[in-house]
Formats: sequence, C-alpha cells, structure tokens
Amino acid sequence: MTALDSTSTSAPARVRPRRAWVGVLVGILLVVLAGLSLFVGVSDVSPASVLAGGPDSSAASLLVVSRIPRTVAVVLVGASLGIAGLIMQMLVRNKFVEPSTTGVSEFATLGMLVAIVFAPGMAVVGKMAVAAVFGLAGTWVFLRVVRVVPVRQLVLVPLVGIMLGGVVGAVTTFVAYRLDLLQSLGQWSQGSFATVMQGRYEFVWIAGLMVGVAWLAADRFSVIGLGEEFATNLGLDYRRVVAVGMVVIAVITAAVLVTAGLIPFLGLVVPNIVSLVIGDNVRRAIPWVAGLGAVFVLGCDVLARVVRFPYEIPLSVIVGVLGAAVFLWLLLRRRGRAH
Amino acid sequence: MIALENVTKRYGAQTVVDDVSVRFGEEGVTALIGPNGAGKSTLFGLVGRLVRPDAGRVTVDGTDVERTPSNELAKVLAVLRQDNHVAARLTVHDLVEFGRFPHSRGRLTVHDREHIERAITYLDLEAYRNRFLDELSGGQRQRAFIAMVLAQDTEYVLLDEPLNNLDLRHMTEIMRLVRTMADELGKRVVTVLHDINFAATWSDRIVAMRDGRVVADASAREIMRPEVLAAVYDTTVDVREIDGRPVALYYG
Repeated sequence: MTALDSTSTSAPARVRPRRAWVGVLVGILLVVLAGLSLFVGVSDVSPASVLAGGPDSSAASLLVVSRIPRTVAVVLVGASLGIAGLIMQMLVRNKFVEPSTTGVSEFATLGMLVAIVFAPGMAVVGKMAVAAVFGLAGTWVFLRVVRVVPVRQLVLVPLVGIMLGGVVGAVTTFVAYRLDLLQSLGQWSQGSFATVMQGRYEFVWIAGLMVGVAWLAADRFSVIGLGEEFATNLGLDYRRVVAVGMVVIAVITAAVLVTAGLIPFLGLVVPNIVSLVIGDNVRRAIPWVAGLGAVFVLGCDVLARVVRFPYEIPLSVIVGVLGAAVFLWLLLRRRGRAH
Repeated sequence: MIALENVTKRYGAQTVVDDVSVRFGEEGVTALIGPNGAGKSTLFGLVGRLVRPDAGRVTVDGTDVERTPSNELAKVLAVLRQDNHVAARLTVHDLVEFGRFPHSRGRLTVHDREHIERAITYLDLEAYRNRFLDELSGGQRQRAFIAMVLAQDTEYVLLDEPLNNLDLRHMTEIMRLVRTMADELGKRVVTVLHDINFAATWSDRIVAMRDGRVVADASAREIMRPEVLAAVYDTTVDVREIDGRPVALYYG
C-alpha cells in the first residue's frame, strides 16, 4: 500500500459549525447560573456584602456553609444524572431510558427504606451503599426483562421499565405505610437541595467520581452502544463493560438519592438534546451532557428558590414539569420523522 | 487460515451446524451460499466467537478462538453481520474510528488515523464523513460498515449478506470492492451471498451449505451446474453460458 499524502492525513474538519456556539452558550449559562445560585436566597449574601464584611462576617460564613455546598451539589447532581442517563441509553440501545424510567430509582428507594427499617442509626454513607446495591439489582432486573423486548420497539422498552418501577414503588409505599415511615421516606426521596449544607452533601462527590469513570471508559460505552455483535467483533468484553456501566448508573442514582432525592427525566432529556446537536459518540458527548445537566438543574434550583420567595418549592416539581414537557416533545418529534 | 474441525451447533433439538469441517483463507474471495436456514450465519457466528460450538473446534491461524483473547482475535478477524441496526447517532467518521479499537483501545495513534483515512478514501466516503448514519442511504450505510471493517485491518474479513437490501448498482459496487480488497489489500474475504450469479462472477471459490452441512465446495464453474444447484437449493435451476460465463436462471 502506498503512503498517504499529507493532505489526507491532516486532522479532518469534524466540528460542525453549530457545535461551537452551543458550547459557548452552555459555558456562559453555567457560570451565570452558578453565580446566581451563590447569591440568591433569603439571607442577604452578595459579592458586596461578603467583601464588606470580611472573612468572619455572617454573609461569608453563610456562603461557605450553605451556598457553596448547595451550588456544588447542584452542579454535580445535574452532571452525574445526565451521565447516568447517557450510559444507560448506550447499554440498552434505547434513547428513552434513564434511572427513573427503568425502575432503578425505585429499587434504590426501596434500598433506602430497607436501610431505614433495619438500621435506622446507620450513617448516611451506609444507607447510600444499601441504596446503590438495590439500584444495581434493579439495573440487572431491568436488563434481564428488556432482553425479551425487541430493541427496535422504541417506546415499549421504557414502558416496561416504568411498569417495573411502578411495581417496586408500590411495594416500597406499602411497606413504608405499614411501618409508618412514609414521611421519613418522603423526606429522602423528594428532590430538593434545601437541606444541603457543609458536612452533609459530600457524598455527591462520589457521583462526580463516577462521571470520571464514565469518561475513562467512554469509547467502550460507545462501542457497546453499537450492540453485542459489533462489540465482540471489536474485541471488547461485552459483559464486563455492561457491568461497569451498571455500577456507574447505580452509584450515581444512590449518591443523588441521599443528597438531593429523586430528580426525574433529567437523565433522559439532557442526553437526547445533546444527541440532536453532536450525536452519541460518548467521548465527545460526556462534557456536553455533564455541562447541560448542570445548567438544567442549576436553572431549576434557582427557579425553585425564587418562584415563591422567600419560600422554596421542591426542585423535583419544577424538573418534573419541564422534563416531562421536553420528553413529550422528543417523543412527538420522533413520530414526526416516521421512525 | 480459518479452520473448522467437526463443528456442531444445536439449538434445542435442531442441529443448525452439523459436523462441519471446512477451511477458509487460501483464496481471495470465497462465497458461502445455500438456502435460508442452511446454517451460514451460525457458521459465521461460530468463527466470530458469538456462538459457542457444542462440539468440534474453530481455529484462526492455528489458535482456538475460544482460548484466544478476544482483542487479539479482533486484530486478525473481522465479522460484519447482516442487518446491522445501529440506534446510536454516530457519524461515518466515528464508526470507522471504532474499527481501530482493537489496535488503539481508544487512543488513536498517527498510524491509526492513517488507516481511518485510507478506509474512508477507499470506500469513497469523504463527502459523507460527518454525516450521521441515520442520514445515509442503504448503500452508503453499508459502505460505512465495510469501511469500519477495513479500518480494523484484519487479514480475514467475514461479510454476512453484504448485498442485503441494496439495488443493482450498489450490489455490483460492493462486490467490486470485495474483489479489490482481496486483490489489492491481500484480504481473505468470506461472504454469504444469496444471488449465486454474483457469487459466480466475483468469487474464487464457492462453498455451498444445506441443512447444516457443507454439500459442495469447489470453483465457481464447478458449482454452477444445474444438478449441483438443484441439490443445494432443492429447486430446478437452469444454467446457461453467456459470453463465456455460466449464468443461473432461477426466476421461475
């Protein structure tokens, strides 16, 4: 074979024009919303008051104890939930799956209940571990069930997952009701960052760590997304990569559950929007999904704080409404394209 | 050399591949023909370590495919299955890049990039490089998959019904490509074909299967005889000589 001339080996122009400005937009939004998140709230914390009061002022300590942890938690939760959805969509080869449409969130919640019942005094990290193990079992059950559903039945797959989640959720509610633990469970599972503060949000870094794992294995997840036959042909151990993906999904779900509760639709909406803009190559999509996920939750969290100022409304309400609307749009859009 | 030694595969009570011993890799292009359900795709699955044999042994260059690390095998053997449905939105370039995965493990070297460029040029996909697979026509998509297999740079290439759902022009295009892959790049291509005239025109050797067994294995001219084809397909096939080439007539 002859060597190629230099023009054909030079880096190909792969950037689509629309990518650049969307990336800049997401970056600017991230910075602006993170700034807003630091300085929006009942107490007066503003750049001016922090500077005027010095490091020992109440404004500065509020910033360190509450506002910074909250903003960090929001960013990490948004980023990691987006990634959990992206990885799940690669494993299942279906665009409409994420932890809340596959029963994984419900299994993790059941795990939380089990931990509350059998070891009420257990440290939060222990509860998170139990929730993660249940989430992992939930992922496994879902993947087993879905194996009998044809991959191309686009809407049937999440439908099966939602039914599975419904059954598990019903069991959880029944048990919690009988043991008079509904309120306690509700406090954990309702999506909100109102209680986030220094000393009790740090588990969310574990979810952040999982984003790193996903990034390291990005190409493997892309290949898995081509299906088992392609993956095997390319010399990949299909089962092992699927197992890594399952752990990433379960740990993110559990870590988010103990810090912020359940935040539905995010893992579905964000990767789908990114997919429309730049496609599904996981290595390329990860920074986008993480960034857009963070922007989405930051925006919703700021909104949750100002809609009924000075009171807060649960974040999950806002995410649920917005997410469901985008989900519907994505569904109808697909139908329009006759797929 | 790909060698199957007394390989048997059963699904329940049904024997799909029945004590098959056959070798591939001497000739440039080998066509695998036979009626539906003859076991052709299963045979590919067995070679491509997607299906485990119930008995017998499959070796590639002397090593058992069951015992060879999957990644090592992926450097010498590429299998493109039929009816590839990719749900992920990937560009042609992405797909071809994944073909380098066995070599690069995700970290592309200059050498890997050369292979990617060569495969894209070879399949004339330069204009479609940044298109998503779901934006391509059937023929373009098939070429993209073959470019991926080409970038994998293996000695053996197994193509399962590469002409499926293609029109006349694209079928000829793909077969010409398969021929040049063998002649110019030194690949050993084994391809499942349903159209025996394509098989006769473009391949050096035809292996015919029926009911899980190899029933004929010879040059195109020897296979293209009414009595052989009737035995393989269980239907009457007329063979005429046109411009010195045997042409099968089976249109009823």
